[in-house]
Amino acid sequence: MDVGKDLLLKMYRSMQRIRQFETKIRDLFLANELPGFVHLSIGEEASAVGVCAALRDTDRITSTHRGHSHLIAKGGTLRQMMAELYGKRTGYCKGKGGSMHIVDFSLGILGANGIVGGGLPIAAGSALAAVITGRDDVTACFFGDGASNEGTFHESLNLAAVWKLPVVFVCENNLYGEFTPMQDVTSVKDISARAQGYGIPGQIVDGNDVVEVYARTSEAVARARAGEGPTLLECKTYRWEGHVAGEQAFIGSNAYRTEAEINEWKTRCPILRFEKTFVEGKKISRAEIDQIIKETQAELEEAISFARSSPLPNPSEVTDDVFI
Amino acid sequence: MALTNFTQAINQAIAEEMERDPLTFLMGEDVVLGPFGATRGLLQKFGPKRVRNTPISEAGFVGAAVGAAMAGTRPICEVEFASFFYCAFDQVCNQAAKLRYMSGGQARMPITFRALFGALGGAAAQHSETVYAQFLSVPGLKLVVPSGPADMKGLLKTAIRDDNPVIVFEHGGLGRLKEEIPDGDYLVPLGKANIKRPGKNVTLIAIGAMVPKAMKAAEKLAADGIDTEVLDPRTLIPLDEEAILTSVGKTNRVVIADEGHLRGGAAADIAALIAEKGFDLLDGPIRRVTALDVPIPFSPPLEKAAIPDEARIIATVRELMGG
Repeated sequence: MDVGKDLLLKMYRSMQRIRQFETKIRDLFLANELPGFVHLSIGEEASAVGVCAALRDTDRITSTHRGHSHLIAKGGTLRQMMAELYGKRTGYCKGKGGSMHIVDFSLGILGANGIVGGGLPIAAGSALAAVITGRDDVTACFFGDGASNEGTFHESLNLAAVWKLPVVFVCENNLYGEFTPMQDVTSVKDISARAQGYGIPGQIVDGNDVVEVYARTSEAVARARAGEGPTLLECKTYRWEGHVAGEQAFIGSNAYRTEAEINEWKTRCPILRFEKTFVEGKKISRAEIDQIIKETQAELEEAISFARSSPLPNPSEVTDDVFI
Repeated sequence: MALTNFTQAINQAIAEEMERDPLTFLMGEDVVLGPFGATRGLLQKFGPKRVRNTPISEAGFVGAAVGAAMAGTRPICEVEFASFFYCAFDQVCNQAAKLRYMSGGQARMPITFRALFGALGGAAAQHSETVYAQFLSVPGLKLVVPSGPADMKGLLKTAIRDDNPVIVFEHGGLGRLKEEIPDGDYLVPLGKANIKRPGKNVTLIAIGAMVPKAMKAAEKLAADGIDTEVLDPRTLIPLDEEAILTSVGKTNRVVIADEGHLRGGAAADIAALIAEKGFDLLDGPIRRVTALDVPIPFSPPLEKAAIPDEARIIATVRELMGG
C-alpha cells in the first residue's frame, strides 16, 4: 500500500510517543515514583498506531489493561496520561482510574479496562449506538490473545455478526497471557481462525509492520462503515517487557520465556523496521526522524514535570462522580 | 386514572419513554414477543432498530448496553430472569457500576436493567431468587423494587431518565395485580419511600411483593388492636433513610419483611441502618421476616416453607408486640 509521507510521519511520531512514554514509565515505576502497577506495550507499537491511523476522530476504541499504546495512538495527551499514572487530580480520570482505566470521551476513547475481555461487549455496544443514532462511526476493539478465550469474545463476535455492527475486532497476539504461553491454553494456533465460527472475515496481520496494520484495518473499517459488519484482525506481535513492570522482583528473570526469544523479537522492532524501510528507501530523511525523536522527548519531559507538579486529589473528592 | 396491571404498567412506561426520547431503545431476550407481556407490541410501535431480540448471551448484550450507553444512547436492557445476572456480573458490577466513577465522571451510564425475580410457583432456585442483595454492596448502581402498578410505571419512567445504571426488579408474582394509575406523565422519584398505611404501634417495612402481603397482614393485626404502619421503601439504593427513621421514631418498633434471604440481605441492611441511627427510638428488637437461607425449592409445599408469607409477618409482629 502506498501511504503518503504526512501519514507516515504521523504514524512514526505516534510510535515514538508510545515507545518513549512506556520506556519512561517503566523507569519511573521501578524507581517507585508511580503507585499501582503498569503493563507496557513496548514492541507492540505498530498495531496500536496502524489501527488508529485508519480511524476518524469520531470513531471510537475500547482498550485493555495494556492500553497506553492505544490511548496515545488515538490522540491521548501524554501530560494527562502521565498525571493519571501519578494519581493526580489533573489526570484523565482525576486520579480515580490509573494506568488500566484511562478514558477520553472527547477522543472516542471509551477506556482501557482492567478485566480481560471486558472491552469486547462494550465495543459491540458502542457500534450499536452508532446504528441507533444513524451515524457511520466505527468502533475498533483492542484485546489480547488471552481475551479470545473469554466468553465475552464469543458473545461479542456473535452479537456483532448477527447485527452486522460496525466494529473491528483487533486481537494483539503477543504470545503470552500473563505468564502463560498462549499455545498452552488456546485451542487454535491463529486467533483469526475463530472468525469462521461467526461467519465473519478473519485475517492475520504482521503486527510489527505499521503500514500493513494500517492497510488491513482500513479495509475492515471500510467494510464496517458500509454496514457489512465486523472483521477480526489478528496482529501477530510481541511484548518486550514482562506482563507487568517489575515482575522480575517476584518471579525472577527468564521465568517463562527465554532471552533468545525476546532478542529475536527485538530484531523485528516496529520502529527500527519503519526507519529501515523509509529512511533507506529515501522517503523520509534521518533529520526528520531525529526531529520527531527530539520533539517527543521534549513533550514527554513536559508531561512528567506537569504530572510531578500537579496536586494530588483532595480526600474529599473520594465521593465525587458517584451517588452515595 | 385507569385500572392497569403491573405488566401493562411496564409496557406503558417503556412506550412513553421511547416515544419521548429517540435515543432510548430496548434490548433483551425475547423482547419482540414479550412472552410475559411486558414488551409485547413495542416492535410494532418502534421498529426493529429500537426493539432488539438479543441472543441468550447475557455477558454479551449487557456489556453491549454498557458500550451503547457510554456512546450516547439510553438502553433499556431486559435480563429475562434476575438470576441470569450472574452470567453478566462483570458487565453490571465491574463495568456499568464503576465506569462513571473510574473515568473521573466522563462516562454517562444511562442504562435501565429490568429483570423478573422472586418465587413464581415452582420455578425452582435458578428462576426464583431475589438477587438484589447481591448488588447492594456495589457502589454505582441504583436498585428499584416496585410493589404495584402505579409505582412500577412511575419508577420505571424515572429510572429510564436517570443517567446512572438502575436495576428495576419486577416481581413475577405481581404481574396481574391491578391498580389505578394516574394519567399523564406519571413519575415517581427514586429514593422516596411510600407510607402505604399509616399506623402508630409498629412499623412494617415491606419490599416488593411483600408489600401486598404486609397490607393484608396489617388489616388482620388491626382487628387485634395493633395499628401497623406499612412502609414501602420502593428503592433500596437510594434508600429513604429519613422516612424509615421517622416512622420508627413514631412507632418505636419495627419489622422488616423481604423475600430475599436473611444473611446479608436487604432486610439486614435496613436493620443495620436502624440499629446504628435509630437505636434510641426502639422499644424492642428489630425483627426480620425473610426467605430461609436455602435455595428456593421447586415443590410447592417446600417453596411455601422457604418464602415469607402473611402468616409469618403476623406472627412476628404479634411476638414483637408482646402478644
